Amino acid sequence: MTAVAAVEYEAVIGLEVHVQLLTRSKLFCGCAAAFGAPPNQQTCPVCQGMPGVLPVINRRAVEFAIRTALALHCRINAACRFARKHYFYPDMPKNFQISQYEEPLAEDGWLTIEHPDGSRRVGIQRVHLEEDVGKLLHEGAAFETARSSLVDFNRSGVPLMEVVSRPDLRSPDEAAEYLRELRGMLVYLGVSSGNMEEGALRCDANISLRPHGSAELGTKIEIKNMNSFRHVRAALEYEVRRQGRALAGGERLVQETRLWNDDQGVTASMRSKEYAHDYRYFPEPDLVPLRLAPAWVEELSGSLPELPAARRARFVAQYGLPAHDADLLTAEPGVAEYFEQVVARVPQPRLAANWITTEVFGRLRAEGAAGDAAPASWIETLPPDRLAGLLRLLEQGVISGRIAKDVLDEMFREPRASAEEIVARKGWVQLSDESELARVIEAVLAAHPEAVGDWQKGKKQSLGFLVGQVMKATRGQANPQLVNRLLSERLPPPSGP
Amino acid sequence: MREPKISLAEVEHVARLARLMLSPAEKERMRSQLDTILAYIDTLRQLDTTDVEPTSHVVPMVNVMREDEVRPSYPQEAMLANAPDRAGEFFRVPKILEEEG
Amino acid sequence: MSPTALTVHAALTRLSAGELRASQLVRAYLDRIDALDRTIGAYLTVTRETALEQAAAADERWRAGNGVRPLEGIPLALKDVLCTRGVRTTCGSRILADFVPPYDATVVVRLSAAGAIVLGKTNMDEFAMGSSTENSAFHPTRNPWALDRVPGGSSGGAAAAAAADLAAGALGTDTGGSIRQPAALCGVVGLKPTYGRVSRYGLVAFASSLDQIGPIGKDVRDAALLLEAIAGHDPMDSTSADQPVPDYQAALGQGVEGLRVGIPNEYFVEGMDPEVEAAVWEAVRVLEKLGARPARVSLPHTPYAVATYYLIAPAEASSNLARYDGVKYGYRAPGGKDVIEMYGRTRAEGFGPEVKRRIMLGTYALSAGYYEAYYGKAQRVRTLIRRDFERAFAEVDVIVTPTSPSAAFRLGEKTEDPLQMYLSDIFTISVNLAGLPGVSLPCGFTAAGLPIGLQLIGQAFDEATLLRVAHAYEQATDWHTRRPPRAAGEAP
Repeated sequence: MTAVAAVEYEAVIGLEVHVQLLTRSKLFCGCAAAFGAPPNQQTCPVCQGMPGVLPVINRRAVEFAIRTALALHCRINAACRFARKHYFYPDMPKNFQISQYEEPLAEDGWLTIEHPDGSRRVGIQRVHLEEDVGKLLHEGAAFETARSSLVDFNRSGVPLMEVVSRPDLRSPDEAAEYLRELRGMLVYLGVSSGNMEEGALRCDANISLRPHGSAELGTKIEIKNMNSFRHVRAALEYEVRRQGRALAGGERLVQETRLWNDDQGVTASMRSKEYAHDYRYFPEPDLVPLRLAPAWVEELSGSLPELPAARRARFVAQYGLPAHDADLLTAEPGVAEYFEQVVARVPQPRLAANWITTEVFGRLRAEGAAGDAAPASWIETLPPDRLAGLLRLLEQGVISGRIAKDVLDEMFREPRASAEEIVARKGWVQLSDESELARVIEAVLAAHPEAVGDWQKGKKQSLGFLVGQVMKATRGQANPQLVNRLLSERLPPPSGP
Repeated sequence: MREPKISLAEVEHVARLARLMLSPAEKERMRSQLDTILAYIDTLRQLDTTDVEPTSHVVPMVNVMREDEVRPSYPQEAMLANAPDRAGEFFRVPKILEEEG
Repeated sequence: MSPTALTVHAALTRLSAGELRASQLVRAYLDRIDALDRTIGAYLTVTRETALEQAAAADERWRAGNGVRPLEGIPLALKDVLCTRGVRTTCGSRILADFVPPYDATVVVRLSAAGAIVLGKTNMDEFAMGSSTENSAFHPTRNPWALDRVPGGSSGGAAAAAAADLAAGALGTDTGGSIRQPAALCGVVGLKPTYGRVSRYGLVAFASSLDQIGPIGKDVRDAALLLEAIAGHDPMDSTSADQPVPDYQAALGQGVEGLRVGIPNEYFVEGMDPEVEAAVWEAVRVLEKLGARPARVSLPHTPYAVATYYLIAPAEASSNLARYDGVKYGYRAPGGKDVIEMYGRTRAEGFGPEVKRRIMLGTYALSAGYYEAYYGKAQRVRTLIRRDFERAFAEVDVIVTPTSPSAAFRLGEKTEDPLQMYLSDIFTISVNLAGLPGVSLPCGFTAAGLPIGLQLIGQAFDEATLLRVAHAYEQATDWHTRRPPRAAGEAP
């Protein structure tokens, strides 16, 4: 809520997310759907909209959309249809997009998001399929000054699934949380890479403000051009402030579309159009309707994987993990599986969780590995076996925690060496021989009589100091718990001040 | 004298939607011809079509789909060969005034 | 007899017997095109070199007796709305005047696979919109029976080619009558299959829910042969039916004994040309003598068919033609300062007046606030028209009507009044709306010597019965043996 003058406003936000589906081929033709080919090399007469061509629906795209709709608790419509959506633009090969209008694939579902005050359901209005359009490059890079533009149709025809939420989100934070949760679900379902930077996931928002407690909706403003989660949050926060100020100033807001400009941190109204869009929807005559067989939907329903929310809950219950760790470990399905494989080898879940989220992720962040990117490559370097090997040494007391961190660094540098090999080579086996330790302790006590004296006088910190000295003398390899015990036993009892 | 079925303003609006740049003479001719045609078409109003399903597809087929298999794309040259204006591997178009969605 | 006067089936007999070589046949047609087509204007593009090359290859196959296919060496003309790889495909429009498709329509692939040879691409009303071929951006086509008259449209070039022996046969397309009406006006056989019988992949779309490709031939057997070669399911066309293709030739010669023939009350209207009406009634009598049982039927929504069509077809056309914008192919107008101006100029300069008119009508019918009143309404009336036929076919096996309310009219006679032109489709249009098959074949001549066409309408996927009845009538008459009077410059 933003409090402006005497009226408090609440934000009403809905998100429209376009998801590129991970099918092998495009939605209506057999061209590969993969990203990255040289311009206009992944096209055919169909996806280029040449005269005389016809679309044919990709079954897997429909399957992916059904699975997503089921995971979102939607009602799968018994019959659905494609429709033509007309507008002229150079990236549109036919100047109409084959989409869905009055009879979408699925409607009326929800997605649960975690809120500081508890979890909340965000309504899903609909899930439908449509084809993607081509890519425009503006000569000279700046749209406003370009005198011409270049068109690449490789992306044209790639299957898109549109997920439209109801305007149930009440803050930019909630919107970001919804997006995060949705993305996680899509990655778990295997229907999307979830990569916003590559454009695999695109988000537009609709936001209006209304007086807190009012049931009517304010003027809806559409926000586009948000290319990451951070953009979404920043753009919506900016809008909340901007609209709040405008309303407080007595301004009447008009329905419009605004683009987020991340460089300047503002939204800007799109050039006013002479006229609004009239998409002239009508049922696509080149495609026949889909009547989704209940048996197929049942089969897909039964084969849904464990989704992020369920997995998070299970990690907390089954492994006793704190919610925060469970969150971090389940953000990517690959990481969650990794964690479970490590635990299968070394049944110390909290240890494993801590090491993965703190030590491994910490090193990746330091190396600049992007937060949103799939972590596949580090798992190749440090497969579950390797990490499990390190944790086993730690669990058995062969090395100390401090040394283990050094070992991990070495393991990143030397992808083929196991933890045991590194420890052996470096001679980092933890010193746990009591007689050996006793000798070192004697030497330290002899070298620091004033600390002994302080201890006798009751200064508790002296023990820590002396433990530190023993660790230093053994180059960190002494078993700290053992040193602590032996020192405590060896030192004369405190005699009081 | 019956009501005109379509006005000049509507003709201009439709011409914009259809991206047809018509001359003033053409617009007037179009208005007059469309008016005649629409008046004829209005005879359909005489029919009661409540409870009649629209025919979107004259064949009673459903569920025509294909397997998700990649087929070879067409060579870039073949796809660019008919381009009115080409810049290397791209189609080139004049300045775009409005961003679209 | 000149080889160009042969029907497809007669030519196949001669080729098979070694009495004729494919290269002779092709050369004869090419020579005849050189002599006559300047006058008639049936063709837009003649593919001389490839036709001769393919003829030589066909000769080899016939000689070796090895791998001879059903239409080996038969020279055909294709309406220029069908995409042919490497061969200019204009759709009769300036906007595609130099368009060379990189792919073949499925029907073209099938004809090739059957051994047929493409002589060239024929003239048509622009984007198949018209009933006289006068809407071609290039030149009109003249009716071989009377050079001051239209051949009909939009497949006027194809029908004229078949009638004037400028091809052994042809493929046309039919959305509201565009195969049947020109076939009637040119005195040849033209068949529009059931919607979905023939693949539309590679047919440049006009109205997607109405368009079909079909044969135009010198007689019914030829139409059957060509239909067999092109019919059948195509995975590239989601609207193509997965129905087996019967042996259409087997349907010929079975006679009409006991078949019930329906005559719809609403098709014999005031203002019809009395000669057309008389010829059709005479044809009914012939069928009756052959053993068919005529009966009256009613198709009560017939008066609404033209209005229904002229909402649905332009609406779909306005959508299908949106892609012609000068970006990727076709004409681009010079001088546009931005892309919107480029679109506006390109489409205004590239499209002719009838196409623009229909795009405007269609856009209007789909536009916000008008959809339900226009397009939505028309879709519902379409259902009523379909039901009319369903009820009629409960009583009869085939329906008989005139194909066109008049014989060929003069060039320029109807071009001023679009609505008048639209009304010439009045007998053929319902058939497209209902998705049924229909065939036109000659049933007489006017006193002025102009052909009159008889239309037969069948049930969905029952082309066999249509061909059977058409064949029986044809063989009991001799209309199909008549040839247009010699044109100027024509060799005897």
